[in-house]
Amino acid sequence: MSVIYILLTISILVAIVFFVAFIVAVRNGQFDDSYTPSVRMLFEDELIKEKPKKTILTKKD
Amino acid sequence: MSKSTCFHCGLDANSSKITFDDKEFCCNGCKTVYEIFSLNDLTCYYDLQTAPGATPKDIEGKYNFLENTKIIEQLLEFDDGDTQIITLYIPHIHCSSCIWILENLNKLNPFISASIVNFGKKTVRITYNQESLSLKNLVALLSSIGYEPFISLDDYSVGKKHVDRSLIYKLGVAGFAFGNVMFLSFPEYFQVGEFWLEQFKPMFRWLMFAFSVPVVFYSAQDYFISAFKGLRSKILNIDVPIALGAAVLFSRSTFEIISNTGSGFFDSLTGLIFFLLLGKLFQQKTYSFLSFERDYKSYFPIGITKISSDNSEASIQVYDIEKGDRLLIRNEELIPVDCILIKGQARIDYSFVTGESKIVSKQSGDKLFAGGKQMDGSIEVDVLKSVEQSYLTQLWSNDVFKKDKELSFTNITNSISKQFTITILLIALVATSFWLFTDSSKALNVFTSVLIIACPCAIALAAPFTFGNVLRILGKKKFYLKNASVIEQLAKIDTIIFDKTGTITANKETTIGYEGLTLSNAEEALLKSTLRGSNHPLSRSLYALLDQNNIVTLDTYEEFLGQGIEAKYKDQHIKIGSASFVGHNNNTATLNTAVHVSTNNQYKGKFTFYNKYRKGLSQLFNTLKKEYDLVILSGDNAGELENLTKLLPTKTKLLFNQKPEDKLEYIKYHQSEGAKVLMIGDGLNDAGALAQSNVGIAISENVNVFSPACDAILDASKFNQLYNYIKVSKSAIKIIKWSFGLSFIYNIIGLYFAVTGQLEPVVAAILMPLSSISIVVFTTVATNVLGRKIPS
Repeated sequence: MSVIYILLTISILVAIVFFVAFIVAVRNGQFDDSYTPSVRMLFEDELIKEKPKKTILTKKD
Repeated sequence: MSKSTCFHCGLDANSSKITFDDKEFCCNGCKTVYEIFSLNDLTCYYDLQTAPGATPKDIEGKYNFLENTKIIEQLLEFDDGDTQIITLYIPHIHCSSCIWILENLNKLNPFISASIVNFGKKTVRITYNQESLSLKNLVALLSSIGYEPFISLDDYSVGKKHVDRSLIYKLGVAGFAFGNVMFLSFPEYFQVGEFWLEQFKPMFRWLMFAFSVPVVFYSAQDYFISAFKGLRSKILNIDVPIALGAAVLFSRSTFEIISNTGSGFFDSLTGLIFFLLLGKLFQQKTYSFLSFERDYKSYFPIGITKISSDNSEASIQVYDIEKGDRLLIRNEELIPVDCILIKGQARIDYSFVTGESKIVSKQSGDKLFAGGKQMDGSIEVDVLKSVEQSYLTQLWSNDVFKKDKELSFTNITNSISKQFTITILLIALVATSFWLFTDSSKALNVFTSVLIIACPCAIALAAPFTFGNVLRILGKKKFYLKNASVIEQLAKIDTIIFDKTGTITANKETTIGYEGLTLSNAEEALLKSTLRGSNHPLSRSLYALLDQNNIVTLDTYEEFLGQGIEAKYKDQHIKIGSASFVGHNNNTATLNTAVHVSTNNQYKGKFTFYNKYRKGLSQLFNTLKKEYDLVILSGDNAGELENLTKLLPTKTKLLFNQKPEDKLEYIKYHQSEGAKVLMIGDGLNDAGALAQSNVGIAISENVNVFSPACDAILDASKFNQLYNYIKVSKSAIKIIKWSFGLSFIYNIIGLYFAVTGQLEPVVAAILMPLSSISIVVFTTVATNVLGRKIPS
């Protein structure tokens, strides 16, 4: 049953890893702006749509 | 004719007839921006949002100060020779298209390597190479696509600002510990008595202790500090019982695990701190894109052009201006110091200072005051005083700007916490002494139990969550408050003071009345045609008012600055302008602005410009008068007196010709008589009054750009909702009082367990979070219901 020591160590280690990740994220400013990133990730779809459009435009000219 | 709107900015494009790529534009500026975008494959800009753009402004010479290396150095955030990083504030950022285009700047200019938008703050952080792209050109590029940055004296110390993230760290630590401690105390909750769990109990307990230490000494430190400060100045604030509760929780729990008598209350302790910090975070909602602390620095330019004795021009920093310097003020530039006009036609717009949008003409030798904006060509001036000594900036040296309003005000939580703390200590003492006689072994146990369970976390949570939520709801309705305590202050006011110009009158709109002989059709056509050529603001408003007539091409046209216009068409001759200019001599000078007209040397009449009052003004005043004393403090002359008395309830006090200091003194005097004053203003001249009042609200037609230092910013379009907003803050106070009642019920139940000496950790673990969570739920639901009642 001393396996519980290992289990406990692991679970707390995992928790600490997440905690450190959180601190690092805050330090890097991830929580400074909570709106822009949510919009930014949608742009990637738009960009792909843009490419075929571009060829049409150049043909037109 | 079908209505067409500009593809770029959404403005009316009917009259412009500019089409490009089958799209209509309102002006060439918008067309150019579209061209830039379509050439660079950036038309996706228009897919994200319809008509997202702004018309680019002509900025010729405006950013010359960005050539001064000393100024650039101060603005840059990072500079290693090859790479420069700058954060620019761009008020126009308003939609996802803006984010998209600003983050694709590198497609417009290859020397920009990266740009990141912060939507909340309306800033863009640009990484570029200065050797290939100067800062001035970068700003010009941004302006050319309609995203003109706003650079003011305030930015001069940029880069040194540091972001305070301590609350989120503290919350993170507390949340992390709370979760782990809960998990580790599971065996304790169920008292399973299983062999192995019994074996590991001490280890679990010491782990819980280890998790709690940073929570108490780091996360909760603000409560201890605040409680200590409060006690030192002999005030029993809400943090005293919280700190007491946390300290007792921690020491009793530590004692229990050392003596191996129990598992302690570490779960309740960490949970308590976690919820309290969560409440703080909720209350900390800020409108980071708005600035509530504005002083003259936010308005003033950083650099100005100085003319040296050898006639060469150089950009210098505003603080470097010395008495006797000669400055060049360009069109649309703000005058940063008090000075004397030397050369050029000065037409000054003092609207930043007075709120009055009328343009004043000045002659050579006249004194100009800091804060005025030159509107017509460039002028040369001689400096009379340095920036700090100028009239406008002197206003900020008044003591009211140094005083912190929040400190002089006891909030609702602190006002009840005094009785609360005393009551709890009494209960604890009585219960302890009772147990000392009956069963002395339990006495200490009971004493600590009372302090633990009575810890007023639910009370401490009620206000932050209610106010935090109301703050958010009002923000959605375009009423932005600086912080939560403003709501409380707003609920208490009994006197409302309004500034006139710009506050109860719409800034840019006027109504025009005509008095005199009727004009013939030909005369009207001539009048219209003549006005068409003039750029004077009065001509523009008058032109817009007149009916569309056949525009004729004038034979002669001459504009006399500061006087009027003269024009000829065939045998007709017209003069428009001041009374003396058109040859009309009447001594009954009116206080209102008027434009006089004469044709063929015969005086015809005058167009008088009246202020246009905001929609719903009369109705708002009539609702407000039932509960509040209403006053109008105006810096203007009494020209509108008659108009105002007709419009407003008879009880309203009207005071004219009030200087900024007069307004401040007026409020101070009434406060000394016990009045709780709400001041509503807009110009810099109201700044002193706004700071002195209990609550100062700035009305703004563009909330992003100009508003003086204040406690709240109200969007001008929501002016008629003022009464509803005050009512909401009153209801918020009611909600908090209800929450207090609710948390007292929990406390009484908890105290029963504590006083009878049967407070088990599991009871505390259920009761304490339950009270906190139910308060949070109650206030959130109640405030949302309240928010729904506000008409939009």
